[in-house]
Amino acid sequence: MQKFTVVDGIVAPMDRANVDTDLIIPKQFLKSIKRTGFGPNLFDELRYEDEGYPGKDPESRTLNPDFVLNQSRFKGAEVLLARQNFGCGSSREHAPWALVDFGFRVVIAPSFADIFYNNSFKNGLLLITLDDAIVDRLFQAVEQQPGYQLHVDLESQQVRTPEGESYAFDVDPFRKHCLLNGLDDIGLTLQDADAIRAYETKQASQAPWLFADQQ
Amino acid sequence: MGAKTLYDKLWDSHLVKQREDGTALIYIDRHLLHEVTSPQAFEGLRLANRQPWRLVTNLATPDHNVPTTLTERAAGVKGIDDDIARIQVMTLDENCDSFNITEFEINDARQGIVHVVGPEQGATLPGMTVVCGDSHTATHGAFAALAHGIGTSEVEHVLATQCLIQRKMKNMLVRVDGELGPGVTAKDVVLAIIGKIGTAGGTGHAIEFGGSAIESLSMEGRMTICNMAIEAGARVGLVACDQTTIDYIKGRPFAPQGEHWDLAVNAWQDLKSDDDAQFDTVVELRAEDIEPQVSWGTSPEMVTSVNGQVPDPEKAADETQSKSWLRALEYMGLAANQQITDIRLDKVFIGSCTNSRIEDLRAAAEVIKGRKVADTVKEAIVVPGSGLVKRQAEAEGLDKLFTEAGFQWREPGCSMCLAMNADKLGAGEHCASTSNRNFEGRQGWGGRTHLVSPAMAAAAAIAGHFVDVRHF
Ligand code: SF4
Repeated sequence: MQKFTVVDGIVAPMDRANVDTDLIIPKQFLKSIKRTGFGPNLFDELRYEDEGYPGKDPESRTLNPDFVLNQSRFKGAEVLLARQNFGCGSSREHAPWALVDFGFRVVIAPSFADIFYNNSFKNGLLLITLDDAIVDRLFQAVEQQPGYQLHVDLESQQVRTPEGESYAFDVDPFRKHCLLNGLDDIGLTLQDADAIRAYETKQASQAPWLFADQQ
Repeated sequence: MGAKTLYDKLWDSHLVKQREDGTALIYIDRHLLHEVTSPQAFEGLRLANRQPWRLVTNLATPDHNVPTTLTERAAGVKGIDDDIARIQVMTLDENCDSFNITEFEINDARQGIVHVVGPEQGATLPGMTVVCGDSHTATHGAFAALAHGIGTSEVEHVLATQCLIQRKMKNMLVRVDGELGPGVTAKDVVLAIIGKIGTAGGTGHAIEFGGSAIESLSMEGRMTICNMAIEAGARVGLVACDQTTIDYIKGRPFAPQGEHWDLAVNAWQDLKSDDDAQFDTVVELRAEDIEPQVSWGTSPEMVTSVNGQVPDPEKAADETQSKSWLRALEYMGLAANQQITDIRLDKVFIGSCTNSRIEDLRAAAEVIKGRKVADTVKEAIVVPGSGLVKRQAEAEGLDKLFTEAGFQWREPGCSMCLAMNADKLGAGEHCASTSNRNFEGRQGWGGRTHLVSPAMAAAAAIAGHFVDVRHF
């Protein structure tokens, strides 16, 4: 997993509540057996005017000029600014894969759906929850200032605006540690292999019907 | 500290280790796999040279991508027309073979939608933790099991360690007391709940569904309710274990037997919230107030009674809501204040992990008996949730009732619930669907989904537009 320390990135606004994972990456792209290559189909139904399917050459497609990510002022954006309940719906990890593959490192919103939240951190995508009022202000700033950038520092848990304002954000210490160091949770969990085995032994006597294989 | 909720009990009994940072290692008893969210997890295992921790806990079946027509199914996995889908299903077969995981392959009678298959096999038991790389894993909570969807990295984590890293959620109780009117089903109850609390109403919570209306539901009905907990924002839905639960499980292939059965049944008696348990949030509904529901918009919370109207964005509570209603009306091609019963339908889909069990098919068949699908409806399909549901329905003659009425009778799979296979809506088509999500493009590019119960979908197919099934 890619480490995350500091990002100075252009902000792209997605002004819409309840953006679901079907919208982030439509199902026809879930047929892939890889983790990469989803970027060109991020927000496919909003980004293109024609229907997308796997293998269709993005160059051959008609872009929707009104969609934010197609506007040159947001080119290279690394921070996505969003509204409440971002990432709701299906558990597909393809959603954060697509955001990361496209180049996003951070999503800022007033709230996120639970499974999407989990999946994002496992893929080096930092999700920042800020108050509605702050998010509103950021939307206005992005709208008014082309090239608007934010400075995101995970270590100090701060988002800094070009005007010099700073907003603190919460992040769970375990997720922060993994993200800062690019750690894989499986390796960390396996350090507790003895605790897992001890639990199994105890459960096998308390709920033997669940451990018929071990008797 | 004494009194615990059902969720507290399930959490405590699966706690392997509480970490100082507030996260916990939770043991997983049952892991269900399907073709879409597992390939990258198996690839991860191989790359790190890891083996599954405990093989017998895993059970796999392809569902999302499988075709549902007999012609395409006849040749098994090799017969799948779509190259990419075929590779994905074959990859699941190969992964299960090489890691020795039990799989019900495409033409096995036990194949079907994972959330139908698990309970049907008795692979989902009360008191278990059940996970799957699919958000509708909440379904299994109907058995007083702690069940939720996970992402692909977590699929790999569960395969490798039999555990998940979790934080405890909050407790929410949704009580539905009273008696449901005739023609009002579990689907209507859960849609009404989502309409009331919103799609983020349960975020961060495990929702327990209780009250006399829930207790009187069959296991199928309880599964329908828990299935859509995720549409209310909650990863977990729960119903306490009672005699209905135990009767359903008894004798199923993976259920405990003999002495183990007695021990298990004894332990399951405790799988309910203590009388004085505290919930962080409590929501109450009266069963008598719930009418058959129809969703009009592009989020499951955009739902109303069949006798209601499409709302007017000018009457929205705030600007965000007004904007999202406007956008939804535009996408759905509906006008503000339009009667729900005036919505004409192009397609009808009866299926999905919400409503494709035998009871759902019986309810729909009851409505269509001796009637014909309206000429204006281009396609009406019934997709049983599993091969076994299909056989049962055929044994009862339901397939005949459907085909005589003009429905197509298909092979099991997710089908038009998410339209990864050939079953989909065309742009602009309105569909009465018994599935769980009405997001933009969910059932096909530009498709317009209306979520309803099986009986309501069946009645709509006959009438060609929505009708109140109670007066049909
Ligand atoms: S039926 Fe629909 S919701 Fe259920 S698992 Fe399949 S795709 Fe997901």
